[in-house]
Parts: sequence; structure tokens; C-alpha cells
Amino acid sequence: MEHPVLFLPMLLKKLGLPVVLSADEAHTFLQKLLLPHVIYAWLLMLVFILIGWKVGKKIEVVPAKGQNFFETVLGGIEDFMIGIVGEEGRFIFPLIATLGIFILCSNYMGMIPGFYAPTSNLNTTLACAIIVVAYSELVGIKFHGIKYIKHFTGPVLWLAPLMFPIEVIGHLARVMSLSIRLFGNIFGEELVLAILFFLAGMYLAPLPMMVLGLFTGFIQAFIFCVLSMMYFAGAIEEAH
Amino acid sequence: MDLGISGADFIRGMALLGAGIAMGVGAIGPGIGEGFAAGKACEGIARNPEEAGLLTRTMLVGQAVSESTGIYSLVVALLLMFVVK
Repeated sequence: MEHPVLFLPMLLKKLGLPVVLSADEAHTFLQKLLLPHVIYAWLLMLVFILIGWKVGKKIEVVPAKGQNFFETVLGGIEDFMIGIVGEEGRFIFPLIATLGIFILCSNYMGMIPGFYAPTSNLNTTLACAIIVVAYSELVGIKFHGIKYIKHFTGPVLWLAPLMFPIEVIGHLARVMSLSIRLFGNIFGEELVLAILFFLAGMYLAPLPMMVLGLFTGFIQAFIFCVLSMMYFAGAIEEAH
Repeated sequence: MDLGISGADFIRGMALLGAGIAMGVGAIGPGIGEGFAAGKACEGIARNPEEAGLLTRTMLVGQAVSESTGIYSLVVALLLMFVVK
């Protein structure tokens, strides 16, 4: 596949770092650290840390402009999350909100020319999905102890040998469905944009698709969050 | 009859054909399913307009879940196009 023009890898290459553009060419650890999706994930992390530091430094009782905005966004996410997970699941709010904002911003990052959406690479989405699913299983074990196995054995005891493998596969398939859904949506959209740009870029053909992409990017980030909340809610509730 | 197609060309052509079929057939199911969900949500909103927000949210979640089969076929088509040599 043709590589698009990417600003940050070009800049780092000018600085003398061994930047490669595809995973096949990356052999050393430094080269793997400097693949495009990793570089743009670093950039996003840096921006988030700076914003969080800047906003968190001066929290006031009567919120000013910036704090107002963040309080509205994060408060909205928290209220929505409590509605699904319940009051006892409030402790997972940092994970959900971080994942949601990270995925939303990285989906939108692919819209900017010369930038690359970190979520249009399977490795990024797989990392997010593994964190969510593994943590939800840990939460289940923490809440129920050894009784968490009742989530796997099904409603009737003598059906347990049949239900157990199915449930285990079902829990493992969550990783696949979460990661491939996000990756496929974002990558497919970027591919459509590239093809339209290649065919009729002069006549602004990719623009309608980009508007659709703004919508898809938001929906996919939202879906990822809602499904993670549902997995956490399923791990917290009693087996039936 | 010798058409002069070597084994690698044959594999490449069949992979592209398979990618087209995978994407085309795989788009049918999500298309029908999402249209059905949107139609039912419309009916629900017409019957009970105060619940429009909740209905839209539920509809979007359901649509995104049913869309994932289409996305899987997209991934398979991409594999056939770019990975099968």
C-alpha cells in the first residue's frame, strides 16, 4: 500500500532517528517504538497530559471557562456510566473516560491531512480491548471471589460442562469483537478517503465521506465505551 | 486451451474476486439489520416522542453491534487484497 505523507515521522527522520513506515521493516526496538501509529499515540498522550496538568493545576469552586467545559464533558460521561454500571462501579470511571476520549481524539486525528489515526492500526485497538476485558474479569473475581465461576457455568448445574467452554470462548471473543470493530471502521473509512482522494481529489470528492467520518468516529468511540461498561456491569452483577 | 496464466496470477485474481464477493455479500446482512433497527426506532419515537433520546441511543448501540459482521467481512476482504500474494 502507498504510504501517505505523515508530518511527524518525516520530522523525526530529519532529526536522525531510524523511522520506518511499516511494521515489516521494523527490526530493532527503537524502530518499533517509532512506527507511525505509535508516534501519533505518543503525541496524543503528550497533549492529554499537558491539558490535564494545565486544567488540574487551578481548580476553583466557581468554575471558570475552561474548567466549566471539562466538568460538563466528564460529568456527562460519569452520569451516563453510572446509569449503566450502577453506583458500585464508579471506580472504573477513569478507565472508561480515558479510553473514550483517547479513542475519540485518535479517530478524529485521521481527518487532519498529514496525521494518522492511531486506531486505524489493529495493535492500538487490540491493546485497548485487552485492557478492558482483562480488567473486567479481574473486577468479577474481586467482587465475587471463587463464585465468579458461576458466571461461566450457566443456569443449570448438569449443563455446566457444555456451558463452560462456550462461555469461555464468548468472553475471549469480546477482545476480538471490540478491537476488530473499531479497527475495521476507522481503517475502512481511511481507505475510502484515500481511494476517493486518488480518484477525484481535485473535485473535493472525499469531503462528504469526511463528514460521515466525523459521525462514525464519534459513534465508534461511544460504542466502545458502552460495550466496555456493559462488560463491567456484567462482571459486577450477580450470576443468575 | 492455454491462457498463459501462471499459478501466482491465478491466486491473485481469485483473491481479488473473493474480496469483492466477501464485501458485497457481507454488506447485505448489516444493511438489512440496521435498516430494520432504524425503522423500528422510528416507530417507537412516533409512538412515544419523549423517549427519543433513549431510543436513539439504544438504536445506535444495536446498529453498531450488528454492523460488526459487515466489518469482519471488510477485514477479510482487506486481508485477501493486501496480504494474499
